[in-house]
This record gives sequence, C-alpha cells and structure tokens, in this order.
Amino acid sequence: MIQHFLRRALQAVAVMALATLVAFLLFNYVGDPVSNMLGQEASREDREGLRERLGLNDPFVVQFARFAGKAVQGDFGISYRLQRPVADLLAERLPATIELVFASAIFAVALGVSLGIFTAIRRESWISRTILAVSLVGVSLPTFVIGIGLIYLFAVTLGWLPSFGRGDVVQLGWWSTGLLTASGLKALLLPAVTLGLFQMTFILRLVRAEMLEVLSADFIRTARAMGLTERMINTKYALKNAGLPVITIIGLKLGELIAFSIVTETVFQWPGMGLLFIQAVSFADIPIMAAYLFMVALVFVLINLAVDLLYVALDPRLRGRAA
Amino acid sequence: MIIRPFLILLATSALFASVAHAENVLRWSSQGDAMTMDSHAQNEGQTRTFAQQVEDALINRKPDLTKEPGLAVSWKLINPTTWEFKLRAGVKFHDGRAFSADDVVFSFKRAQMPTSDLKDLITTVADVVKVDPLTVHITTKGPDPILLDEITNIFIMSKGWSEEHKVAVPQNYNGGEETYAVRHKNGTGPFKLELREPDVRTVMVKNADWWGLKDNPHNVDRIIYTPIRNPATRIAALLSGELDFLLDPPVQDIARIEASGMFAIQKAVSPWTIFLGMNSGRKELTSSSVKGKNPFADIRVRKAVNMAVDVNGITTRIMRGFGQPAGSLVPPGVYGYDKSLDTHLAFDAEGAKKLLAEAGYPTGFDVRLDCPNDRYLNDEPTCQAIVGMLARIGVKAALDLKPRTLHFPKVQTKQTDFYMYGWGTDTTDAHNHLSFLSLPTSTTNATEYSDPKLFELVNAMATEIDVAKRDAMIKEASVRLRDAYSYVPLYHPIIAWATRKGLNIPITLDNLPHFQFARFAP
Repeated sequence: MIQHFLRRALQAVAVMALATLVAFLLFNYVGDPVSNMLGQEASREDREGLRERLGLNDPFVVQFARFAGKAVQGDFGISYRLQRPVADLLAERLPATIELVFASAIFAVALGVSLGIFTAIRRESWISRTILAVSLVGVSLPTFVIGIGLIYLFAVTLGWLPSFGRGDVVQLGWWSTGLLTASGLKALLLPAVTLGLFQMTFILRLVRAEMLEVLSADFIRTARAMGLTERMINTKYALKNAGLPVITIIGLKLGELIAFSIVTETVFQWPGMGLLFIQAVSFADIPIMAAYLFMVALVFVLINLAVDLLYVALDPRLRGRAA
Repeated sequence: MIIRPFLILLATSALFASVAHAENVLRWSSQGDAMTMDSHAQNEGQTRTFAQQVEDALINRKPDLTKEPGLAVSWKLINPTTWEFKLRAGVKFHDGRAFSADDVVFSFKRAQMPTSDLKDLITTVADVVKVDPLTVHITTKGPDPILLDEITNIFIMSKGWSEEHKVAVPQNYNGGEETYAVRHKNGTGPFKLELREPDVRTVMVKNADWWGLKDNPHNVDRIIYTPIRNPATRIAALLSGELDFLLDPPVQDIARIEASGMFAIQKAVSPWTIFLGMNSGRKELTSSSVKGKNPFADIRVRKAVNMAVDVNGITTRIMRGFGQPAGSLVPPGVYGYDKSLDTHLAFDAEGAKKLLAEAGYPTGFDVRLDCPNDRYLNDEPTCQAIVGMLARIGVKAALDLKPRTLHFPKVQTKQTDFYMYGWGTDTTDAHNHLSFLSLPTSTTNATEYSDPKLFELVNAMATEIDVAKRDAMIKEASVRLRDAYSYVPLYHPIIAWATRKGLNIPITLDNLPHFQFARFAP
C-alpha cells in the first residue's frame, strides 16, 4: 500500500513538472507584456530596461528554473497587470471559484442523479422522453450561449436575478463568501446553473444507463420474485450498485468544473480564478498564467491521485497485489 | 471558526434600490479595470480616469479638453524657460494634510523617476523649485510651448502621505510586492477613494471639502465602478437597470439601447487617428517576393495604396458610422488640426492601378499586412476589407492578425513592412502626433520615411514660442507628412457613451469621464 502510494506520488510530481514546463513553453507565444505595461510614449530604452528588470531577456531555461524554484516556495511573483503578488490574487479569487464550482456540482449531482433514476424507472413515460430530449440541449449548446440566454431571460426580461458579479460578500477570515447574503445567493444561481448544466446532463445519462443495466440484472429479478417493493428494489439494491462507477466519474468531473469555470466566469463577470486567467492571457501577464496553470495541474493531479488510491481501497484485488 | 466583523459591501441592484433614495449613486462599467491607483506608475486610460476623480493636476482639463485652473490658480512665463505657478490656498488632501508647494515639487520629481510611466511626457522639464509655500517655478531645458498641456498629466500626490506609506518611488516590478499606492489614493480631488477591489469593484465617495465644489456643485454622492469584460453581459447589465452609465457600449447594440427609450447616447469624434503605415526606408521588404528593391520606396506606389483604400466604405459599413474618414494623422480636437488637410485621397482603383504600372508594378506585388485583433474597434474586419480593396489593384496583402501583445512589438522594433496602428494624444498638440509618427527615433514609427526638412520642422516646433511662427511650422510639417503618403490615414474613431435618462454626464473627448461634471436630475 505505502509502496503503491509512493509510486503514485512520484508520478504526480513528474506530471506537475511536465505540465508547468509545457505551460512555460507556451508563454513564448503570448507576446510581449511590456507593450501593455508601458504607455505608448515610452522610449525604446524604457522598454528594454523594463524587459531586463523582469528577466524577460534571459534564456528560457533560466526563466523556467527561476519560476520553478520560487513556485515550490509558494512565491509566484508579482502580476504585471495588477501589480500585486500573484499568491494574494489567487487566494482572493479562490473562494469565488470554489463556491461556484461547489454550487454547480450540487446542482449537477442532485438533479442529474434524481432525473437519471426517474428516467430509468419510468422509461416509457412522456416526461422521461421530454427530459432526455431537453438534456440533449444541455450537452450540445456551448456554455457562453446558455449563460447569455439565461441572463437575457432572468436579468433583462424578468429582472429577477443580477446579470453579473457576486453580490454582497462576507469576510470569514481570509475567505470571502457570497453564501450568507441574499444578493450573494441570487448572484450565484445563474452562473452555477450555467456551469453545471453540461455535467448535470452527463450525470443524468450516466445514471440512467447504469440503472438500466443493473435493473436487468439477475439479483434484481430475484428480489422482485421475493416480493420486495419496487421502492425497496430501486433505492436499496439498484441504485447502490449503479452508484459506484457514478461516484468515480463525478469525482473526475469536479476537476473539469474548475477548468470550465473560465468561460462561465467571463460571461458573468464572476470574480474567480478563471476570469483572472482570461484577463492575464490578453495582457500576457505571465506570472498569473503560470501560477494558474500550475494550480489547475495540481488540482487534476490530486484528484487523479485520490481516485487511484480510492480504487485500491475499494478493490480488494489491487490491495492484495500491492501487499 | 473566528468570524470577523461582517464587512457588507454594496453591490447588487436590490440593495441599491433602497440606497438610491438616500444618495445619488452612479454605477458604471466598461470592459477593463485600471492597472493601479498609482497615477505616476501607468500612462493608461482607465488608470488616468480614476486619477482624475481623486487627484488634481496644477492645470485640469474640462470635458472638451480645454484647460482650467486646478491646484494652480494662475501661471505666467517669467523668462523663456521658466514658468511661475501660483498655487491654490487652503486646499487639503483627503487625509487632512495641507497642500503646499512641497507636494508639487515632490510629485514632479516622482513623475520623473525611472520607474514612472509619465516621465516621457515631461522630458523637457529641467527642474521644479519651491519659491514660497504657494509658488513654484518650473524650468525647462529649452523654451517649451506645450508645457502647460504636458503638465495636465501630472497629478499631485501628498509628499507626507507618500513618505509615510513608503511610496515615494512609483511602482517597480522588482520589489516583488504590492506597494501601498496600488490600492490606495490620497488626492485633493472631487472624490475620495473608499474601496478598491481590482477587477471587482471600486467605490468613490463625494469629497464634501473639495475646493471646486462651490464653482461646480455636483450632486454625485457615490460612484461604483464594476468592470464587465464580456460585451453581451455589459449590455445586459445596462438594459436590466443595474448600471447608470456605460463607457463603451458595443456599436452593434447602440441602436437597441436607444430603442429601449431608457438611455441617452452621446457621440463625439475622439482625438485619435487609426491608420496604416508603409515602410519606405528599407532596401527590400522582408515579407515580399519583390527582391532588390522596396515597392513602398516609390511614392507612386504609396499614393496608389492610399487611393485604393475606400475609407468611406470602411467607416459606413465596417465601423457602422463610428469612425470619421481621415486624411490627416493629426485628429480634430488637437491644437494644429487643419480641416482642409483632413480629406482622404479620392477612392480611385483605376487611377491606383495606373500609378502602380508607372512605378513598374503592372501586376502588383505581394506584402504582409500586420494588424492587431484586440486593440481598435473592429480592427480585424477593417484589415480584412483592406486586403480585398488592395487585391483590386493587384497588391496581394497577406493578412497577419495578432493580439496586441504580439502586434505592438513588431511596430516598436520596426519588424513590419505594412501595419495598422493608432495614435491618440496626451498633450492635445499636433507636435505629439507629428513627432511620434514621423521622427526616426520614435518607437511608434515603423515607416522609416526620411525627410530631413520634416524632421527639422518637427524638432523646431517643440521649442518655438512664437505662436504664429509655430502654427506655420505645424502646417508645413503636416502637409509634408501627408504628401509623402507614407501613411494611409483611415478614420478618427467616434466614441459613444450610454447614460441612463435622469443622469447627465458630458462626454469627454479623450473618453475619460470626469464625474464632477455629472448631474442627477432632481
């Protein structure tokens, strides 16, 4: 078990190093941050001087080594655009992204699982057919179209919900939360639905497929023959068995939510890390981009690591081999 | 868990509705946020917009860009290189410190430091000296006819406050940490900075002790700025009543905003020119298959390119009326602008073809056209249209669209043969445009067009204080530059502001609002 864990952890570190290196290679193509950092009248010497001070003239390897060396100490440098330490900026934006991802995960899982079960049990009903047809929309429409559509309906036409921002936030230590105010909760609704819609329809279809498979299994037929109630069969036996693969997938999808939040955050001006990243890209704000990609890679690596280890815990055969 | 005292921040419409009765809150938005609150650290539009609400310069600008006394009440030239400024008495900074000549001297020195982004705007300033607590002398290296324009960019900071918070030097990226002035501001201006959350919201409140209040009794109690990056969201926020003022409504939505009946649209021609530049100086174009010679070195080719570009078509079809056809690089609203020079060569594809044939290119030639795709309004479709127009005379332009971070360095390092660029002014004087767009030393001129007489004129007008003589120099230089056809002037952008009815904000030509001129209807 420990050996297995160590091997996995070592692989994770290698993946992190590689992801950061690739990200860094890409920065050669985002252009020159200095043209944004200085006014149009700045002289050639000013531009060259700033480039020199930022270390942009150093060879790639030197720049990367400097970044990596500082990153492992938690120092990501100072943002070119906002002139503030990147670590502070990420810490400020993290709560907004986490709350958004958390809310949309709850929406996606709760609605996805219950509708999935419903459509599996009432396979033939017209409600199920409608749900499945509508869920196709969720899979096929791009996030920004859904987001703008929801804004026009609920903010412009009906005037029920705000079209942008996070509403009022409350500081709990360093964590800013929008969950404790009415305006914060209202502001969260549209972005959470927009971000979660794709995952919701995905989970719906997955749950339905798994349920249908389990419902046709022998032990369900046996349970029916024994005279158990439908309710008992569906919740206690069918769902439990269909649930295992679903849980694994949902875990992996959580990482995707963080990555997808870039588009949703841009549409709703949600002050999270994704919006910070998009603005960094158009400015060539390399310290922010590097730190963000580093963090996202870390999230994916950690989730994968957790899932790997979970498999070992759940599957006795893997455990036996490792021991 | 330790729960700190709740810090409730104002933000959404529901809350505003209740607040708005008590005070006049101006909620506004545009696509990007200021980079810093340190007005000397950045020479950029939004940074300056925030600066001019909170701080004053010695001479301020009105919405029509004319000058009015700011922290200086009067000024006079006491010898060709020395200006004397009498300062306003009894002015206090927002933190209560008294304003005096020491702050002026300090601010000018600070703006001239290597890490200041404004130093290039006051290169002619040799020294700033305190004569008495309410008098300063600014000496220049030579006579400087546009010093008064230049110093409208230099906002006055408090010496005591800056020293107390260790911000006596503008931002340098070396420190690796945030300076106090990035999120704090202490000025003498009409509004106080109350809250600064970069990219999220910035709140300013009325300075009830502002020295200008009795001449300019505005009724704006609070200003809340929220940048909204996505244009569709920005429009939705305006239409849903969550904003009172939008600085940059997308042009395709302006008709809709007007049709809603809830908003007023104001338009103005901005002191900018968007143009193409052709490199006529190098021996051989780097991006053309024509070898051994440079087609743009021939004035007939440059003239043909000017004739082939249909600027009226561009302004009506692509800019949807948000551009005024340009013939001159010096835009309207700038001192030295001459309307008679601002007419583009008549569109004439046949004549252009003939000129090309005369120059020895009967079948045209190929060249790369470098364009930004995220800098100017509709820059990408404009360049695409130009490629089509040039194709009609046989000039095969291969379009290279790049984000500004990649495009601007090409121009600054002169690694382009043919490029789109734009120039607006900070001094509202033609010298700025003529020098940055014609002098070979300028980083923003990649044409490499050489005309010693033109250079001489441009350099001479920088120090000529005889107005009539100087006007003649501006005119002669403008004509010389136009007749060289090294540029293809395209249009002067037209800016549009959307304001909720019941609120009046006079449009500012440089697109940087001054909220002390805003009025809520009673």
